[in-house]
Order: sequence, then structure tokens, then C-alpha cells
Amino acid sequence: MNGKTVVIGVIGSDVHAVGNKIIDYALTHAGFKVVNVGVLSSQEDFINAAIETNADAIMVSSLYGHGEIDCQGFRDKCNESGLDNLILYIGGNIVVGKQDFVEVEARFKNLGFNRVYAPGVKIEAGIEDLKKDLNIKE
Amino acid sequence: MYNAYLLIDFGSTYTKLTLVDIDQEIIIGTSNAITTVDTNIMIGFEEAFAKLNYDQSKYKITKKLACSSAAGGLKMVTLGLVPELTVEASKRAALGAGARVLKTYSYEITNEEILEIKKMKVDIILLSGGTNGGNKKTIINNAKKLADHFKEIPMIIAGNKCANDEIKEIFDERHNTNYIMTENVMPSLNEINVIPVREKIREIFMKNIIKSKGMDSAEEFIDGILMPTPAAVLKGSEILAKGTDRFDGIGDLIVVDIGGATTDVHSLADGYPTRAGINLKGLKEPYAKRTVEGDLGMRYSALSLLEASKIKNLNKYLEDVDFESACQYRHDHIDFVPLDEKEIAIDGTLAKIATKLAMDRHVGNIETVYTPLGEAFNQIGKDLLEVNYLIGTGGVIIHSNNPEKIMLEGTFKDSDLTILKPKQPNIYIDKLYILSAMGLLSFDLPDCALKMMKKYILGL
Repeated sequence: MNGKTVVIGVIGSDVHAVGNKIIDYALTHAGFKVVNVGVLSSQEDFINAAIETNADAIMVSSLYGHGEIDCQGFRDKCNESGLDNLILYIGGNIVVGKQDFVEVEARFKNLGFNRVYAPGVKIEAGIEDLKKDLNIKE
Repeated sequence: MYNAYLLIDFGSTYTKLTLVDIDQEIIIGTSNAITTVDTNIMIGFEEAFAKLNYDQSKYKITKKLACSSAAGGLKMVTLGLVPELTVEASKRAALGAGARVLKTYSYEITNEEILEIKKMKVDIILLSGGTNGGNKKTIINNAKKLADHFKEIPMIIAGNKCANDEIKEIFDERHNTNYIMTENVMPSLNEINVIPVREKIREIFMKNIIKSKGMDSAEEFIDGILMPTPAAVLKGSEILAKGTDRFDGIGDLIVVDIGGATTDVHSLADGYPTRAGINLKGLKEPYAKRTVEGDLGMRYSALSLLEASKIKNLNKYLEDVDFESACQYRHDHIDFVPLDEKEIAIDGTLAKIATKLAMDRHVGNIETVYTPLGEAFNQIGKDLLEVNYLIGTGGVIIHSNNPEKIMLEGTFKDSDLTILKPKQPNIYIDKLYILSAMGLLSFDLPDCALKMMKKYILGL
């Protein structure tokens, strides 16, 4: 255990459960305390979980292409809820179709996400980044 | 000579006695009289006892146990962090312990809210917040404020365990010893842990509350005032559902208790989805769950019932009745007993609405989400579609000519598929009003209580 808590889940009307379980497993294995809000989760579900568990980061998954709509105002709501410097990641198939990822990344960073992952990126990459961002030493 | 237990319910309006022959497992008699909490609670008790009129040469009363909801019941406020999470969890724990939850508070408490709590004259304050290892800041801040302002009111701390040491220091520094710590009511996200809190509430109730309610005169005569009445009903229901070490219970069940001021619903069921492909959302439900509808009652709350149900809906059940004045009259005369047919019909209609609304609010519901992969379903709360036993109790149901019809309002309706009320339950009526008495009895003699409930409520 590294003492850091991460809230994970699949946002919006998205029922993709498999990746969610894999992320849960991988993060736990890497020493994080994982709080999984599961599929079909609203922004409020993530935020409420983060408040009660005093989380250090939220990792949002979205597989069905509507991530950009589901994530509007997420950072604002975090700030409003007192989660000021919380680390926010998102990954999966976060937009519809094949779009230039540089643009996609810019749009999500604009929404307040610290890191944005393209389709096909392995969770290990996210874990590496998370350790860096949370100053976790191996 | 047979041994008998005298079981007493010091209710808000009536003191009800049940005398039980524990050897033959039969009810010898029941009686009631107006509760006299303002003068001496024993006056009402003596009056009811005189009415029992049992054969003293045949029965020897070996024990007297009581529950109470007199003098306003057990009044509590609860504090948590997020409204949907620890606030809700702490509220459920308090309700399950038979308390009247006057108000709940979320996040950091303000000075104004402290004043508000002071005015409410509560019996116990429950403080929770944060999962274990989660948020500490809020509960510690709230503990400081509570420790400063409430030295007389007992407090239960049931939040993030990692905050307990600091909270203890806070109370010690202020020489405030009026608190108990117990397990977190929400140890991890959406997990609910109500039983330790319930037990602490009961402990405080037995130790402190009896005296503050002017019931110490009863204590000399009675072996114990064990718990608030609603907790006794829940306890009795739980024994009936789950059974004892020796005997099986009947399985999942629901009890609807319609009173003058509130309508209580108790469900003894896990309430997991009964159909495939349903996603369970939100805070987990306790197996033994009690909800209280403070706005649905036959007398004191008749006006708020009218407001909640709307006149047009009442008129669907019963035409040509001026429900406004009928409810006003009931509100003003809480001891009103309907005698003619019309008044009985009005009471029946109010009871139907109370049952319907209280059940709608108690059970879970299904929310449809439209996804690119088709419809998906979220279940929030308990799925009670397949529950087989629906038990009615409370004055209006017991005295109704057609109590089954009232209870039918608490079943699943094709017109609203999303509300997960039982589809085809067998309906039973607790005619002798013994559930709370059996809850008390089950503390000493669970097997006897179970067998008697089966006999007297289910007719087995």
C-alpha cells in the first residue's frame, strides 16, 4: 500500500464493466487504495466518493464516445465541492470516431483534466504517471 | 400455575399491555389506557393493568418488560459529510434504532445549525463522516463544535476511525465525557454498518433517556425499559423473518404500521435485484430497514397527509367527502374514534393513501438510462417485488372492517412499473397489536416469540 486513494469508475450512460475491473485490479496491485464507483456513474458519484474517502485522484473511464459531454463542468464541480487540487485523469474511447488526438487532448485539458489518454494506452502508463503526479517513490 | 410475562408499550398516546403465558405460548389478554407521562406514567399503567382482568390464581407474572415512545419518543439529529452517503447512513442507523430523526446535517456544521439543534431538545446526537481512512477534517471540526456546545446531550461518534484519536482529545480537553465511540457507520464507500450504532443508541436509551422522560417511577416496578417502541417492532419482525437458533423464520417480509402521527414501514429483506441486467446504485441498504413518514398519519399528521396526497387523489377512493374539514377535525382531535360508516370510510381512505405513499417511499425504484448499447437500468433502494409477506398494524388497520384492502395499496401496480413494491404478497394483520410485545419477549425467549407470532399473526 502506498497510502494514496484513487476513485475510479465509468462515467455517464456507459455500461462497459470489463475495463473498469481491470483498472481496479491493476491499481490495487500497484499499491493504491481503490474506490470503485462502477459503471453508469455520474459526476456527482465520483465527487461524493472522493469527498468521503479523501481521495487523491479520480480516474474517469469512458468507452462509448460521449465522454466529452459527460465531463462538462467536472473540474468546476470538484472545485465547488472543495476538492481543489485533486488530480483528474480520463481515458478510453473518449470521443466519437477517429479524431486527431492532439486536439482531443487539448479539449479535455481545457475541461480541467490533468492527463488524457488515447484509445489503446495500457493502464500501466496511467499508473506510472499517477505515481509521478502523487510523488510516490518506488 | 403458569408463568407469565407482562409486556408493556408506553406509547405516545396509549399505554398498551400484553400478558403472555410463556409456558403454553398463548396470549392471556391485552389492554390499554391513555399514557400519563405528564403526571406519573404509572397512573396510566395501573389503569390498563386493572383492565387486564386475568385469573391471578392461574398465572404468576415472572417478568415485566417495556418499550416506550412516550414523551415525544427518542429524538435524535444526525451529522454526516455528504448528504447521499454518511448523512444518509447515519439517518438509517438512527431510524433502525427506533429514533425520531428530527433533522440531519451535512458537511461542516454552522453556528446557526448548532443553535437550531439546541432548540430542538434532542436526546442523542449521532456524529459520522468519512470512510475509514477517508475525510477527517469535517468530522473533527464538527466534533469541536459539538463538544463546545453540548455537554448535557449524549453523543455517539461513528465516523472515520482514523479521526477517533483526535476526537477523543478534543472531548477530553473540554472535559466533556458525554460521548461514546463506535464503529464507522459507513466503513467504506457505499457500505453500511448500522448495527453497532443501533446498539449504542439502545444503551444510551436504557441508561439516560428513561430518567429524562420522567419514567423513573416505572423503573422500580418494571424489569427493564429496553428500547424505543419502533425498535421493538423491528426486532419482532426480524425474528419472524429470520427465525431463531432452533426454528426457521418465514423469510422476507414487510410491516406497515400506520399511527396517528407517522407511518412506519419496516422491511426485512436484502432487496437485491430480482431481474437480470440491473445495476445496483448508491448506498447499500440494511437488511432490517425502517423508514418513518412524519407527514403521513391518521390524526396529528392528517393535514400533512392531505397535502402529500392531494384532495383529487383522495376523492378517487371516496367521492363526495370534504377531506379538508375531515383532516382538520382529525388533526384537532387526536383522540377521535370514528363511529359511523362515513367516518370509518374516511379513515380507511386516509389509511390507503398513507400505505401507498409510505410504501412508495420505502421501496426502491428503477431508473432507465438510455445508452448507445440500448436501455440500461439502475436500481436505487430495495427490490421487494418478490416479498411474500405484507403485515399491517396500527389502530386504523386493526379496527378496519377491510384491512386487506388498505394493505393492497402497498403492492406493486402495473401503472407504475418502476416502484418495486411486492407483487403478490400474502397479507396479514397484526390484529392484537403484538409485534412490539413479541420484539420485547424475543430478548429473553426468542423461540416463544417466534412461535406466537406465527400463531397469532399468520394463523399457522
